[in-house]
Amino acid sequence: MNEKLLLDDGTELEQVFCRPDTLTDVPYHYCPGCGHSVVHNVLMEVVDELDIQDKTIGVAPVGCSVFAYHYMNIDMQEAAHGRACAVATGIKRVLPDKLVFTYQGDGDLAAIGTAETIHTVNRGENILIVFINNGIYGMTGGQMAPTTLPGMVTSTSPYGRDIHMSGYPLKITELAAQLPGAYYVTRQSVHNPNAVRKLKKAVTKAFEYQMQNKGTCFIEVVSNCPSGWKMTPVETIKYLEEVMFPYYPLGDVKVPKE
Amino acid sequence: MEKEIRKEEPRLMKGNEALAEAAIRADIDAYFGYPITPQSEVIEYLMREVPNRKDKKIVVLQAESEVASINMVYGAAGAGARVMTSSSSPGISLMQEGISYIASAQLPCLIVNVVRGGPGLGTIQPSQGDYFQATKGGGHGDYHLIVLAPASVQEMADFVFDAFHLAEKYRNPAMILADGALGQMMEKVVLPPDGGLSKQPKPWATTGKTKDRNHNIITSLFIQPEEMEKVNLELQKKYEAMQSEVRWEEFQTDDAEILLVAFGLSARICQKVVDLGREKGIKIGLLRPITLYPFPYKRIDELADKVEFILDVEMNAGQMVEDVRLAVEGKVPVYFKGRMGGMIATPEEILQEIEAIHEKQNVLHD
Ligand SMILES: Cc1ncc(C[n+]2csc(CCOP(=O)(O)OP(=O)(O)O)c2C)c(N)n1
Ligand code: SF4
Ligand SMILES: [Mg+2]
Repeated sequence: MNEKLLLDDGTELEQVFCRPDTLTDVPYHYCPGCGHSVVHNVLMEVVDELDIQDKTIGVAPVGCSVFAYHYMNIDMQEAAHGRACAVATGIKRVLPDKLVFTYQGDGDLAAIGTAETIHTVNRGENILIVFINNGIYGMTGGQMAPTTLPGMVTSTSPYGRDIHMSGYPLKITELAAQLPGAYYVTRQSVHNPNAVRKLKKAVTKAFEYQMQNKGTCFIEVVSNCPSGWKMTPVETIKYLEEVMFPYYPLGDVKVPKE
Repeated sequence: MEKEIRKEEPRLMKGNEALAEAAIRADIDAYFGYPITPQSEVIEYLMREVPNRKDKKIVVLQAESEVASINMVYGAAGAGARVMTSSSSPGISLMQEGISYIASAQLPCLIVNVVRGGPGLGTIQPSQGDYFQATKGGGHGDYHLIVLAPASVQEMADFVFDAFHLAEKYRNPAMILADGALGQMMEKVVLPPDGGLSKQPKPWATTGKTKDRNHNIITSLFIQPEEMEKVNLELQKKYEAMQSEVRWEEFQTDDAEILLVAFGLSARICQKVVDLGREKGIKIGLLRPITLYPFPYKRIDELADKVEFILDVEMNAGQMVEDVRLAVEGKVPVYFKGRMGGMIATPEEILQEIEAIHEKQNVLHD
């Protein structure tokens, strides 16, 4: 930061923004307009700003973001589908002074990994859980997720999610907030610059709480999946605002009593 | 490992508790587990004992399932910890996906299986029915665990040290394959020395990226086939190198005309068979594989040259016998005697079997 950049014609420019050292110089493999890359940026900017690169260990389970370790320039562990919270527990318990976070999709966190999620929060594991709710299984080609909205068309709900057959979308964030081990629970998004700024604040707070050993912090990001939803990125933003947010209202779900 | 001279007084202990005490003395950093008979004494002992050991810093956590336990093991092992779990057959089945990940990511750890009778929920009685699962991989993909098979409470304790030593040497998960009887029975044991297993640095572990190194990544994902094949070849090379660690024990094989092959508890019983047979003038010898992976193929092959036939004895429907037959390659007949579902053959029963085979062989030769 604040380095001088010299252009060919001799003009000197002040560099006010650059890629933080916490992000590798590798282009994202995510589809254009996908929320994953924005959330990656936010997380790594916070790690950079808090100067905790040497303390932070991430866990990325199977899902579109399983390759997060290609982009995040921190120590990371890949995890089996659904097991991120257990893997993070293992790391945090043996390295209690490090800062540990998971980065999980909705299929991962709210279907196959439900038991690990609930019990990890219930133990109040002193970690940050980042939960990317895009209402679909992105990685495997757009199948129905536990968070898929009623009527939403996916490759395994080709006529729309039928609640009589598949039940209602799971609000696991509200569920997690019920548990005494959860210290800070919030639902955010990255669909516009203001939302991104709010998410960044939430992530910063969560890491600070972890430094103070407060318990589990849980941040849901209601995100999109242009490929799985079969929409343009712009259309996904409209869908988020009109359909997703009413079911998954943004804002804090549980804030520390201070 | 070199056998050190032990100064401690012998104690009378249950197999599961001796194993748990050995784990404390081996300076484990963490244990994650879920209760299941017949091995719950391991976690119970650790929960009770560890808080009294002020000089130790050991995490003991009861997980919500074996799926969670093994993934906690993966996380802790990846972070550089000396870590273990224990369970019995159904729980070990649940762990298989995680074990495959650990093998692929090349993380050292110890998994203890105090085997009970199956399939299904089966019985809580002792069995050796998980031999295939333990030695042939168990989960998906091409991998092997280092497998040690104790035959006494003493070895339940000692093999904790050996297993961690080998696991860390090869960056490979190791398994102690015991059975419900070994876990539950009480015997005299001289415990291994406290702090007797040193720790080597693990520069690959995820301990936080410092400026002087690249970020460490623990993964089992190699999406390009060329890369995945390379990893597999590397693993195969490692398994080849592990063959040098093969261990076995022999009883009266020098002049044996009949060879028994048995591991774990079955080998204890077969030792008695050797004595009973020799009292009757039948020259029986016994080979007990101590490592089930790597397996002592070569030694069994050598002994096959000198004996009339081999009888493999197991507490299952015939699993290790396949490896014995592979070793012998048809040179001599290999017979099998097994009991299942928690039943254990008596020495007399096995001797009768030997006599029956002996008679049949003689008729064939006449
Ligand atoms: C045990 C197991 N079952 C199934 C899969 C296949 N699988 C991989 S990712 C995934 C779902 C991913 O969806 P989500 O967690 O929502 O992440 P996203 O890709 O949407 O970000 C599934 C079913 C697997 N890898 N492992
Ligand atoms: S499939 Fe969906 S979640 Fe995955 S990268 Fe593409 S848009 Fe993102
Ligand atoms: Mg998803």
